[in-house]
Amino acid sequence: MTSRDTPPAALDLEQYRPQLVRFAMVQLRDPSAAEDVAQDALLAALQGADRFAGQSSVKTWLIGILKHKIIDHIRRRSREQPLEMSADETGTEDVDAFFEDNGHFLDPPRDWHNPDAALEQRRFFEALERCLQALPKVTARVFVMREVMGVDTAEICKELTISPSNCWVMLYRARMNLRACLEKNWFAPSG
Amino acid sequence: MSDRQDRELDRGERFALRMHLFICKACTNFDRQIGFLRRAFKSWPGPDDDPAKR
Repeated sequence: MTSRDTPPAALDLEQYRPQLVRFAMVQLRDPSAAEDVAQDALLAALQGADRFAGQSSVKTWLIGILKHKIIDHIRRRSREQPLEMSADETGTEDVDAFFEDNGHFLDPPRDWHNPDAALEQRRFFEALERCLQALPKVTARVFVMREVMGVDTAEICKELTISPSNCWVMLYRARMNLRACLEKNWFAPSG
Repeated sequence: MSDRQDRELDRGERFALRMHLFICKACTNFDRQIGFLRRAFKSWPGPDDDPAKR
């Protein structure tokens, strides 16, 4: 006789709330917004619990719901109140600073050996979050919408009312900085 | 390399990039690393807080 996984009950889901708030907080940078979307996600999960068939972990399923809520929130808010860029994300001097005048890297990327092994470690993701927090606000938002939510670049630019060329620069800036941050803080910290 | 994460490169761009990566170790590392960044953010938040995984 086969047994179906029982759908998670309210009490079981509540234990995930702090993790959901934290995940949302890194992206939204606003505690009350983070709590709101976490609450929305938990409610949606409860309502849809009978559709959870155990095909992933409960946490993965909740995070999936949360990502949708975060995107909805971003879309609503960007209509009401477009994000303001900070001074360090309006030009390209910061990314130019990674290179010498002849186009070579000032600090050449080193070999990370087998980086995917880091994906098994909780501590790595804590370092990753700190690196994301260090990015300027709009840059972080563009990057997260692209890489975490999988939103198409054209749509991101439109939602956030940024020019396409500015959008590309932001993604480039995000990648340059995140890569350098991870190298310095995880993969090749210098003594 | 950053743009390649977001759009298709045309044939000329792909060729030029391939040639450059062949000779530039730093850029080869960079290219792999930004590919890794994509995988890392797809996995995020990553494993549960389990002492056995620290």
